[in-house]
Amino acid sequence: MRHTITILVENEFGVLTRVAGLFSARGYNIESLNVAPTLDETVSRMTLVTRGDEKVIEQIKKQLNKLIPVIKVEDISHLVHIEREMLLVKVASNADNRSALVQLAEDTRCKIVDNVEISYLSLETTGSAQELDDFIKALEPYGIIEITRTGSLGMRRGIKGFTIED
Amino acid sequence: MKMTGAEILVECLKRENVDTIFGYPGGSVLHIYDAIFRQSHIKHYLVRHEQAALHSANGYARISGKCGVALVTSGPGATNAVTGLADSLADSIPTVCISGQVPSSLIGNDAFQEADVVGITRSATKHNFLVKRVEDIALIIRQAFHIATTGRPGPVLVDIPKDISGETCEFIWPETVDMRSYKPVTHGHPGQIKRAVKQMLAAKRPMLYTGGGILNSVGSASLLRELSHALNAPVTNTLMGLGGIPHDDKHFLGMLGMHGTYEANMAVSHCDLLIAIGARFDDRVTGRLDAFAPDAKVIHIDIDPSSISKNVHAHLPIVGDVGEVLKQLLEEIARRDGKPNEEALLLWWEQINEWRAKDSLAFEQTLDGPIKPQTVVRMIHEKTAGGAIVSTDVGQHQMWVAQHYGFNRPHRWLTSGGLGTMGYGLPAGIGAQVAMPDEKVIIFTGDSSIQMCSQEFSTAFQYNLPVIVVILNNGYMGMVRQWQEMFYESRYSQSYFDSLPDFVKLAEAYGGTGIRVDRLEELSPALDKALGLNDQFVIVDVAVSKEENVFPMVPAGAALDEMVLA
Ligand SMILES: Cc1ncc(C[n+]2csc(CCOP(=O)(O)OP(=O)(O)O)c2C)c(N)n1
Ligand SMILES: [Mg+2]
Repeated sequence: MRHTITILVENEFGVLTRVAGLFSARGYNIESLNVAPTLDETVSRMTLVTRGDEKVIEQIKKQLNKLIPVIKVEDISHLVHIEREMLLVKVASNADNRSALVQLAEDTRCKIVDNVEISYLSLETTGSAQELDDFIKALEPYGIIEITRTGSLGMRRGIKGFTIED
Repeated sequence: MKMTGAEILVECLKRENVDTIFGYPGGSVLHIYDAIFRQSHIKHYLVRHEQAALHSANGYARISGKCGVALVTSGPGATNAVTGLADSLADSIPTVCISGQVPSSLIGNDAFQEADVVGITRSATKHNFLVKRVEDIALIIRQAFHIATTGRPGPVLVDIPKDISGETCEFIWPETVDMRSYKPVTHGHPGQIKRAVKQMLAAKRPMLYTGGGILNSVGSASLLRELSHALNAPVTNTLMGLGGIPHDDKHFLGMLGMHGTYEANMAVSHCDLLIAIGARFDDRVTGRLDAFAPDAKVIHIDIDPSSISKNVHAHLPIVGDVGEVLKQLLEEIARRDGKPNEEALLLWWEQINEWRAKDSLAFEQTLDGPIKPQTVVRMIHEKTAGGAIVSTDVGQHQMWVAQHYGFNRPHRWLTSGGLGTMGYGLPAGIGAQVAMPDEKVIIFTGDSSIQMCSQEFSTAFQYNLPVIVVILNNGYMGMVRQWQEMFYESRYSQSYFDSLPDFVKLAEAYGGTGIRVDRLEELSPALDKALGLNDQFVIVDVAVSKEENVFPMVPAGAALDEMVLA
């Protein structure tokens, strides 16, 4: 089963390695991992996507909590939550298909972020992992030059937040 | 007042109640060694290899109940320490290791004696720190001791670049240490305590299975005994938990697991309630997991939530300090005026006594035959009344000591349980002797293990530490040979030394006394002589039967009740 885990950690040197090292040392896999500071600059927030049965996920949560700089861990998979990823993609284009490509970008509400030359177009979009996969498929006929994705960011729905005070 | 980083470090150690450290100098720690030279509160013991510094700190910690402290230099000093750190991590022993690092400006430049020590030791420590500013030393040391000694204890490393230990700043002692990301639970959940007591009193075939946690939580050994008596329940210890209950308590069934007693393994296999306390269901304990305690509901008490339901599902988990939880359980039993199910227990004990009657540790010692290793251990038990501090290395001798020494009290037992580190015994025994100068320290070792840290005889000599090293000399890496005999058709690949040193001369070369024992009648006088020497170390090199095997044995991957008895 795929699980999305959000983690608050002390924003200090080496935390990312501790988390990544835990997964490699214990043989858990990381599908994606995202880290960035929060409003409180002493705290970083991670979204980690992994796979495992309930027993493995339980261990992963406990082992994460055991890391000294980890403040809080929550598996949001079973809660109503939002997951989004961001994608940057560079697609080949030419005079013939340029307008179709621009139309596709508009239809899918994605941003054109680099269009200085006719030979390519760079697009930016966000969505669920599935939406991004579908979007990439739609672009494939044009010829994809490169893509980069952030991996998932996750947040539960509802008024309740996920900070060190909650 | 302005102080250098090195002076601040030494001052912090003092305030952490440290009076003993084990270490080895080098370029990156010279400021620190100078600060040590200019004070008299902390006594530094010079080891002969950094691995030994960590093992000595470990032995010191187990016996004194305090945090062990080691000091090593950068690069090879720190990499030598890694085995000792991993050992303390596996056995949950509180230690703080200070390592020097190359100056901050050189970090990352492949400088002379540079190693990425924080990287290398990340998975060999409970936590580690790289100090980046002299102003941070005091707080980091405070946190290091806090982390090492609370929760599930373990080793913490603090890496200090040379420029930082040389710089000065105002010394400010953080009066309290409070880490929002690290708050170990101590008390058990009251609801869980109530439920646990109910199940304990109702159980027909209860079994207490206890580990090193009983010894880590000082004072809990006597509470364990109280609980076992209140429940009239049998107790088994893991290798790490020996001494948690006196060996002659009638509720004690001996050690369980791969080389456990018949009665302990059978009782675990047939109990209906397994009460695990400060133990972690190691594979050497459980044997084949799906056949472990198949009929039992499991109550698991541990300070480390990640130990609970890791290998064996706990039906009723209680997270907390085992001493606190034991107190809560006893209070709850008293509050209810609870009585166990004596009718059922009568049958249970009848069954247990039947298993006991097998006498699975029995062995035969003939008067003219070779000395059995078990005989040596039993004789030393008698001569020390089960009260000596006992350290071991790793191998068959370790198991024979665990089976036959018979501890009559806690905090007397030093063995590398989790990591199984050959070379542990001598330096750990030295650390213990430093902690308790007036107690007898017996180090049981093997002819192979002793050669993994034998340089430490030099340390024992320097500080006049009268440790007694008993080599159960079978001329083999006995434990390896046993597995080769049993599982590889006696192909003894590389498990034999045909050039053992003369251990008597080795002792003498290092300034101690050496005694060789070849025949049974020489054994008792030799041990008396060794026990009578109080001013120097002694090696008693005992020729024991060469191909004796450790039994009972649960072969790897077999179920506990499939043990081989002989
Ligand atoms: C550092 C290390 N290397 C290898 C081993 C594997 N090992 C376990 S027991 C053993 C043999 C120990 O021989 P000895 O010290 O003579 O003890 P005996 O089994 O003969 O009592 C070996 C090599 C180990 N435990 N530790
Ligand atoms: Mg041997």
